[in-house]
Amino acid sequence: MPTMTEPSAVSAIRSRLAADSDIQLHKRWSPRILTGAAAAVVVLVVGILAYTVIAGGTLHWDVVLQYFFSGEVIKGVGVTLLLTGVSLVGSAILGSVLATMRVSHNVVLKVIASAYVWFFRGTPVLVQVVFWFNLALFLPRIAGWDTNQLITPMTAALLALLLNVSAFMCEVIRGGLLSVDPGQVEAALSIGMTPRQSLLRIVMPQAIRVILPAAGNLAIDLLKATSLVYVIGTRELLGTVQSISSQTFYVIEMLIVASLWYLLLVSVASFLQARLEAHFGRGAGRQALSRRERLRRRAIAHTEEKVI
Amino acid sequence: MTAPAVDGVADVPVVSLRGVRKNFGDLQVLDGIDLDVHAGEAAFVIGPSGSGKSTMLRCVNSLETYQGGQIWVGDYLVGAERKGDRWVEAAPKVTAARRADIGMVFQRFNLFPMMTALDNVVSGMRMVGGVRKQAAERRGMELLDRVGLSARAGFYPSQLSGGQQQRVAIARAIAANPRLVLFDEPTSALDPELVGEVLDVMRDLTREGMTMMVVTHEIAFALEVADSVYFIDHGVVVESGPPSQVIRDPQHARTREFLTRVRNDPHEEP
Ligand SMILES: Nc1ncnc2c1ncn2[C@@H]1O[C@H](COP(=O)(O)OP(=O)(O)O)[C@@H](O)[C@H]1O
Ligand SMILES: [Mg+2]
Repeated sequence: MPTMTEPSAVSAIRSRLAADSDIQLHKRWSPRILTGAAAAVVVLVVGILAYTVIAGGTLHWDVVLQYFFSGEVIKGVGVTLLLTGVSLVGSAILGSVLATMRVSHNVVLKVIASAYVWFFRGTPVLVQVVFWFNLALFLPRIAGWDTNQLITPMTAALLALLLNVSAFMCEVIRGGLLSVDPGQVEAALSIGMTPRQSLLRIVMPQAIRVILPAAGNLAIDLLKATSLVYVIGTRELLGTVQSISSQTFYVIEMLIVASLWYLLLVSVASFLQARLEAHFGRGAGRQALSRRERLRRRAIAHTEEKVI
Repeated sequence: MTAPAVDGVADVPVVSLRGVRKNFGDLQVLDGIDLDVHAGEAAFVIGPSGSGKSTMLRCVNSLETYQGGQIWVGDYLVGAERKGDRWVEAAPKVTAARRADIGMVFQRFNLFPMMTALDNVVSGMRMVGGVRKQAAERRGMELLDRVGLSARAGFYPSQLSGGQQQRVAIARAIAANPRLVLFDEPTSALDPELVGEVLDVMRDLTREGMTMMVVTHEIAFALEVADSVYFIDHGVVVESGPPSQVIRDPQHARTREFLTRVRNDPHEEP
């Protein structure tokens, strides 16, 4: 029979633990030194690059500043926002319709919606932009109207962006709908809701939590993708700075102006997206409650348990 | 489907299944089910997993369609409407209104996660019944009180235990004073120590004379509170009668075998 006593080292530690529970832990320096060195190298590299660009380059920052707030550029920003906004709202509607078709039980609707997604997601958006702009080449008249009059750089851009984003939006919305537990629909139906009510009042509010982050990313991609339409002469942000630089030859400065604006717009969009997500996160978990409310509830739970 | 005349009969069962058949493709899930539940009766349905118990309950409130036989709830034929001398498929609105009069409690609770317990309970009254907010919430609080959860009215489902969620779900199911409540294995998803609190609430309901159809593996509970017990296997009712008979003194070998199996492992996975 082996003896049941513990090895002496372990029992020595145990007795020390019992005697004094406040133990001084000494830091291990080797991992800290490594990451510290890595950080130093990165800072050095970035610093050298920044110095090369800012001090060594012949960039006219005053020009950047001047054009950043110029009326022409602001107008371009307006057009970019308009393209983004209209395409986004339009794709939310068209995407919802397509998603509903794809999850419906009607085979014809399913196939049509799937074909739409397949086509518009499968071809480059730049190709679609150029295609719509040149629509008149093979379709000179649309319902009695002269195609060339209908298709301006603006309408062609809108059409291309809206139809393209709708395909992605359809998939985002469909993913959201499928993410909701089918038991939710059954519960909604069982209390007497119609299928439509259960979709709008029970499924959608839950799907939106899955949809919003993905749709937000889509919106941000779209905001930047609007720059593609400058190739057909639409005067949005990029088209505007391009035309300015072709007159002034401040090519890089104007690209910086555009980039700074895109960064600003995307930052604002990200902020709004985070706010929206927080708003629709209700009931998702304990974090949905304020600290004060959590404490109140803990107190209730406490007294309740005593009663029981 | 042909319909018997039901008008003017005093004791029309709340639910009446006659030769109900249902298949999913090649799989015959219900193979001629006959069953009656009268007002105030608690009918318990037991049987092995996959025998068609859930499907049967779901047919009663049109969550599934059935392909043969008839299901009557009170004076209407489930899934159908009378148009002149013809039966036509019930309109979605009609089906919805009929469902509003039947409560259902699910194995996995299916509470609405974005609503508080109180909002869950009043959801039917508010969104379907058109009851005013104040009146609905007053009744909602009464209901939560009945299931012992009035202090949790403002909690979201994610903040409640499984047993509490199921009690809220029961309150939601009975909120509209339905003529019938369907329970589909209401305690099967619960930790064993939480089963009792849900059974307590259900026991209260049977005492109050609620008409109920209960699918469960809680044989002891069935023996205690059921008015009738149906043992279903392979989509047919093998044996039915009062619990003292079906559970204490089963006539069929299949019933005996099932009861032995469930008694040994009452929390058999469905
Ligand atoms: N929507 C469905 N599609 C295909 N088969 C199904 C569907 N729902 C249930 N079934 C099958 O029908 C049978 C009966 O299921 P169910 O009624 O859930 O049984 P129980 O509730 O008695 O365990 C099972 O074999 C199940 O796999
Ligand atoms: Mg089942």
